Amino acid sequence: MKKNKLTPYLFLIAPLCMYSIWVIYPIFQTFVVSFTKWDGMTKMRFIGLENFKRLINDNYFGLSLLNNIKWMIGFVLLSIPLGLIFALLMDQKFPGHKIYKSLVYLPMALSFVVIGQIWSWVLEPTGGIVNAFLKSIGLEQFAKPWLSDPKIVTYSLIAAALWRQIPYAMILFLAGLKNVSKELVEAAIVDGANSTQRFWYVILPALKPAMVIAITVNIIDSLRAFDVVFVMTRGGPFYSSSVMANYMYVQAFHNYRMGYGASIAVVQFGITLGFIIMYLLNVLKKEERD
Amino acid sequence: MRKIPRMILFYVFSTLIVVIWMIPLMVAFFTAFKTMDEIFMLRNFWSIPKTWTVENFKTAWIEGRMQRYFLNTFFVTSVSVIATLFLSSLSAFAISWYKFKLRTAILIIFVAGMLIPFQMLLIPVYRFSVTTGLYDTLFGVILFHIAFQIGFCTFFLRNFMVTIPVSLFEAAKIDGANAFTIYSKIIMPLVKPAVAALSILEFTWIWNDYLWSLILLQSDTKKTVTIGLTALQGQWISSWNVIAAGALLAAIVPVTIFLIFQRYFIEGLTLGSVKG
Repeated sequence: MKKNKLTPYLFLIAPLCMYSIWVIYPIFQTFVVSFTKWDGMTKMRFIGLENFKRLINDNYFGLSLLNNIKWMIGFVLLSIPLGLIFALLMDQKFPGHKIYKSLVYLPMALSFVVIGQIWSWVLEPTGGIVNAFLKSIGLEQFAKPWLSDPKIVTYSLIAAALWRQIPYAMILFLAGLKNVSKELVEAAIVDGANSTQRFWYVILPALKPAMVIAITVNIIDSLRAFDVVFVMTRGGPFYSSSVMANYMYVQAFHNYRMGYGASIAVVQFGITLGFIIMYLLNVLKKEERD
Repeated sequence: MRKIPRMILFYVFSTLIVVIWMIPLMVAFFTAFKTMDEIFMLRNFWSIPKTWTVENFKTAWIEGRMQRYFLNTFFVTSVSVIATLFLSSLSAFAISWYKFKLRTAILIIFVAGMLIPFQMLLIPVYRFSVTTGLYDTLFGVILFHIAFQIGFCTFFLRNFMVTIPVSLFEAAKIDGANAFTIYSKIIMPLVKPAVAALSILEFTWIWNDYLWSLILLQSDTKKTVTIGLTALQGQWISSWNVIAAGALLAAIVPVTIFLIFQRYFIEGLTLGSVKG
């Protein structure tokens, strides 16, 4: 049955070829480019770790990395609990809960370009609804130029991204809630557990797998943030809202420093890798159970 | 009886959330139907238009060339989705039904690939497109989408295929069916629901892609909807109403598809990530 050993590879030839050309090989190439000085046109010059050394002293890169950390914290601290609250609320079968769910999910059907554009109107200093609302409740002193104040711009962008990220977490939690055993909940009720106790001791432990996936996915997404920043501020004003992905793009495709850009991508990849492995381990652990 | 007040509480909270959630969309919606005069006079993006006009949509569609961008995007998206689903069904079949040396390794590579930062691919893919002449062609974007999405789609379809009982596969083999017959006549009909869910998800993602069109396309005639929308922002800088109309036009296809096939979309997302 030698032929059979070959069969799976026959099926894999075409997909694996394409995947290698556009995904696997480029990853290795980016590593190679990161050790060079290259403008994308003239000859590449190997310069060893020079790019990485420069990164350490590059304030704009530091700022971008710091912003990515803000994104990460914002995503995890807000989309996880809010996604969970939304899921718990909408898991109740009140009339119209399906329409409610559809409306909350809706931003996930939009591209970040559209989301970015919509949110720039929401946050617009004079005509935007956020400042208008603050004014109307007498908190005018909190009204701000949300997208041009370097101190707050990153948080504004995170808010826009959360509009799409929270429903995503909600989907993961709603799926997780389906796995909460009804018998266990009922047994807890019989034993006299109140709803808070039921939440902490029955529902939350059952949601653990969904929680782990939601956290890793959110962290990976926060480290990949690009579109919203690019569309809403281009990383500005003065790099104050830049994230690694944007800084890489600017360096490689605007300043034609492909080598330096590649080294930024490599650092971004390195940080993400740990979380990718975490995700893989969680998926593989389930494999073994099957 | 304690159930009813609790229900009301849930209802009130959920309504509040949904209302807040819809505000940004209302802002875009109102802006798109306003005249420029009204926007300049009031400068309130969120107020209901005093006079409703559809002129902005016409301007965005014809003068803003959204028409053209729509056709491009439609072409790119449909070809990419069909080809991706076909190719990844092949690899998913191999990975779920055959035991071979590199099986787990290949699966891991596919899953890991879908999670990496795109920046790791930008420079080489751009260079590759330039040297092969694929740069600034819709075909170049399509090929990238197909290749990249193979990772997620293989993982996704494989998760479905492994739930099909092995006995079915063995019986067909005893009856003398070859591998391709088993794939096309037995497995593919059984995973139709999964393919449906996946195609909805992929359609939305590829339709909404921004970064790859930005990197791989240049001429105005090749632009996709998302790139076209940013072009609109540049050209019609202060005509917010036209831009808003353009944004709504860019959103209409994925939103419609999402609303009609929502169940598949959600199933796709959960099965793709939570269940291993």
